[in-house]
Amino acid sequence: MERLKQQYRELLEQYLASQDEKVLYFAQQFSRKFIEQEVAPEDLVHLHKDAISTLFPEAPEAFKLSYDFLIEMMIHYGLALREHQSMIKKREELQMEIEIAANMQDTLIKTTLPVMEELDIGYVSEPAKKMSGDYIYFTPHSDRKVSVAVADVIGKGIPAALCMSTIKFGMDSLSEEQSSPHDVLSIINRLVEKSIDDSMFISMYYGMYDESTSIFTYGSAGHEPALLYRAATDSFHYLESKGLLLGVKQDVQYEEQQVKLEAGDFIAIMTDGVTEIRTSEGFLDEAIIQSYLRQWKDESAQQMSDQLYHALAQLQDFKLHDDFTVAILKKRTEGLSVGE
Amino acid sequence: MNERSSVSIYTEWDVVAARQLGRDEAKAVGFGTVDQARITTAISELARNIYLYAGTGEIEIERLHDGKRTGLKIIASDDGPGIQDVRRVMEDGFTTSGGLGAGMPGVQRLVDEFKIETEIGKGTKITAVKWLR
Repeated sequence: MERLKQQYRELLEQYLASQDEKVLYFAQQFSRKFIEQEVAPEDLVHLHKDAISTLFPEAPEAFKLSYDFLIEMMIHYGLALREHQSMIKKREELQMEIEIAANMQDTLIKTTLPVMEELDIGYVSEPAKKMSGDYIYFTPHSDRKVSVAVADVIGKGIPAALCMSTIKFGMDSLSEEQSSPHDVLSIINRLVEKSIDDSMFISMYYGMYDESTSIFTYGSAGHEPALLYRAATDSFHYLESKGLLLGVKQDVQYEEQQVKLEAGDFIAIMTDGVTEIRTSEGFLDEAIIQSYLRQWKDESAQQMSDQLYHALAQLQDFKLHDDFTVAILKKRTEGLSVGE
Repeated sequence: MNERSSVSIYTEWDVVAARQLGRDEAKAVGFGTVDQARITTAISELARNIYLYAGTGEIEIERLHDGKRTGLKIIASDDGPGIQDVRRVMEDGFTTSGGLGAGMPGVQRLVDEFKIETEIGKGTKITAVKWLR
């Protein structure tokens, strides 16, 4: 402090003598040192008062007293500064925690794409913030069957992510026999109803594809209908199925619907982060999704998913407003050849 | 024997009296201008909290000598409602955001030692110590 005091006085003296810009530049560097050493604003005023008293011993008393007044005024500024610094530190700790939690979530929801002979599968799931409230999971079953679950917790960020882990553990606890849309949705519904706060809502779409019959059996718990593309007619259809959102009521019966896929047909299951795209000009017409998908219909399911994500992210200037999840299931025009 | 003096807080003017006592004591003990201002601000916040939240209470100021060091101890006590959630009160941004002043974390930063004792329905006692450097 003594050394700072002397340096400050010298700089001030130089400035008073020359009003040189160079001195002010040094002063600027010097002030950084003050902040580094956590010199409070009130201490700085005191330093100034000391320097002035030394340089001008005959200065009127009122003049010096005015600095005492300024010191009083600066006390709260000093407190505000220290509070600010401590809150920045706290924010860093919080961000670190979120980072770790996000990594944990990544591990938790990791899903592997099953490779099927007839069905080409692709997906993209991107959180709007660090953590996602969307859930997507593929399960290969015996007898050339594969199931896909897509769930969307209304809301985003950490609360949605915590909710989502309930779905994940529920899905993990299902046995091989409990794989029909009706069973899966009612079991998960009961679990969610029991363990999740009433203010949280979750929608879920669940489907099972059987390669031996090319039939997709699906059910929905208040989720957006999936889109079916028919190659033969080059047309889109909604795959709707009635059912209450998860967790609203203890016992809910979920409908099951079936559709048969022909070669070149594909199904797109999405969350509302895909269908409710908001740009600076308002919500986008959902028809844009259909036109994109039609445009890329001959590419692989994964390429279609990736391209849809990039196109829609670009429309929003890469600022996702909601968690984004799309899964595409496409019946190949030819069987999977070796090496593909 | 430690010297002790006190001010009872009934009205907002008593906050000023507590400040004055604190400043006189700080000056007498030998604190510099900046620390005088810090001690006075801390007392001011504590006294104002008594006035605002407890209605009445007391600010006591005691000179400390422990052989090596000299300092001031400030005790703010009241028979008010007590503090429900001390952890929250000690959080940055809890009171300042409402424009209520420096808040308890602010007072804590102005002094060297700080202690809150509170009991719901009985009252609160806050002890703060500043040592002369």
